[in-house]
Amino acid sequence: MRSEKILELVKILESHEIDEIEVSRWGQKIRITKNSNAHPTAEVEVTPATRKVKKIHQQQLAETAAFESQPAVTEEFNPKGVEVKSPIVGTFYRAPSPDADPYINVGDSVSVGQPLCIIEAMKIMNVIEAEVPGKVVKILVENAQPVEYNQTLFIIEKA
Amino acid sequence: MINKLLIANRGEIALRVIRACKELHIPTVAVYSTADELSLHVRFADEAVCIGPPDSKSSYLKMAQIISAAEVTNADAIHPGYGFLAENADFAQMCEDNEILFVGPRPMAIRTMGDKAQARETVRKAGVPIIPGSETVVKNIEEIKRFAESHGYPVILKASAGGGGRGMRIVHQIAELENAFNNAREEALKAFGNPDMYVEKLVEDARHIEVQIMGDNFGNVIHLGERECSIQRRHQKLIEESPSPAVDEELREKLGKIAVRAARAVNYNSAGTVEFLMDKKRNIYFMEMNTRIQVEHPVTEMVTGIDLLKEQIRLANGEKIPKWMKKFNLRGHAIECRINAEDPTKNFRPSPGKILAFHAPGGPGTRMDTHVYAGYEIPSHYDSLLGKLITHGKNRDEAIVRMERALDETILEGVPTTIPFHKAILKDEAFRAGNFNIAFLNNFSF
Repeated sequence: MRSEKILELVKILESHEIDEIEVSRWGQKIRITKNSNAHPTAEVEVTPATRKVKKIHQQQLAETAAFESQPAVTEEFNPKGVEVKSPIVGTFYRAPSPDADPYINVGDSVSVGQPLCIIEAMKIMNVIEAEVPGKVVKILVENAQPVEYNQTLFIIEKA
Repeated sequence: MINKLLIANRGEIALRVIRACKELHIPTVAVYSTADELSLHVRFADEAVCIGPPDSKSSYLKMAQIISAAEVTNADAIHPGYGFLAENADFAQMCEDNEILFVGPRPMAIRTMGDKAQARETVRKAGVPIIPGSETVVKNIEEIKRFAESHGYPVILKASAGGGGRGMRIVHQIAELENAFNNAREEALKAFGNPDMYVEKLVEDARHIEVQIMGDNFGNVIHLGERECSIQRRHQKLIEESPSPAVDEELREKLGKIAVRAARAVNYNSAGTVEFLMDKKRNIYFMEMNTRIQVEHPVTEMVTGIDLLKEQIRLANGEKIPKWMKKFNLRGHAIECRINAEDPTKNFRPSPGKILAFHAPGGPGTRMDTHVYAGYEIPSHYDSLLGKLITHGKNRDEAIVRMERALDETILEGVPTTIPFHKAILKDEAFRAGNFNIAFLNNFSF
């Protein structure tokens, strides 16, 4: 890794409230820590490694695959906001087909049972429905991105 | 060619597979439940995907979630480890259907060897000695009575779909029969969803001897010597070693030939193990074949110098069994102790909790395969294996002394473990003399 890249990482470390950065690329790994007292075997906060975006064959999505309804995992976010989490691993789609409008946009009001997105898993389109009524305040995942179990997809402000 | 491999498992075996992949320069994907977020396999893999809640039925056993995780990460191969989906023919088939390479045998081999009655029949036809038993599932007590009268008591009832000692009963006399049959059926139904039973003659004072098998996609099958696994508690192995103190070169040849015959009978093309019972007169009987890499594979690795995981992945990738592997020899002696989070003073009650301090032993001939670290919280949802300590020495005596030294060196604080129990077994005179059988722990006082 070039030294300017490392300097860049050091700057990120200094300017943000984080203690360590670990980057691996093409078999090279670099770990920079701010606090030298941190014990390597002490509890560390582990974040899942970033995943590459899957190449999506838009054609595949347009096919009339089986649709299955699944309630989303919801969790209280703040007194009003509710996190809508993915109940499955798969690829996130905001619309029922590549040409169609997204199911929802930020600012929209949703009611219980209204479709929010599709998560494609094993060629099955799983429609994720709202479990609480309210207003969509945040969409946290971009279209055609892979999502894992329990990943927050939306934040809905309860009506 | 494998571009990226997903490990459909957790704990030490997930780490073991990651280590093999790193040495083969294959990128890895870990999958994990929400209970394993801070687990080392998640940390050491190149990518990680959360696949479900702690309950293994909704995560590590959820086939669709795992296939989906492989799809979103572009993994083109799955290693199942041991346990969970490792011997699930449907999962192997599902991988194949989704064009993902399953690092293991073909679905048909898993299916045949997974069904005890079918496995017996298949290997019997191939000329493998089997324990006298009912050829088919026994429907009622009368059938068992007739069998026991012609072969003599004791007999053992076994669940057709069973494993790990569940759904199994030994019957010493006719009076015990009805109760044993009903209880075993009940247990089998609960554990495996199938109450089918078969009966066989109990081989007394037997040793558990198993043979490591490797097969490739071109019909070549070889063996890599035996493992002695007679030190078991309720059919759970605790100490394994290779070679067996009861097997000489001549017997090793014979065991190997028979094991290869059993594997060939199902066109076996991966790493696997054929398990035998051996009585006092050194008669051997086929018990079952495990169609996966086993927990105790490191003892074979230590004495043969062969990295079984790496070779298993290479074979799955379409390589042939290399010539040098056929010419293996067993160098010295290796022993493995399974360190479980169980309290040996309280009837081996599982002891989940937080590991406060951890120091792994080191030095010559010492290996520890573990996924724990200081601060690690042992989840209560999975099995209690914390790690495996393996020692290698020029002979059995040196391997035992090394194991005693390594167990003394191991610091594992916070939860009770099986370490003190291992120390006691290693001191036992019969154990040290190599003079024991599968009943050893039944009469062992700790």
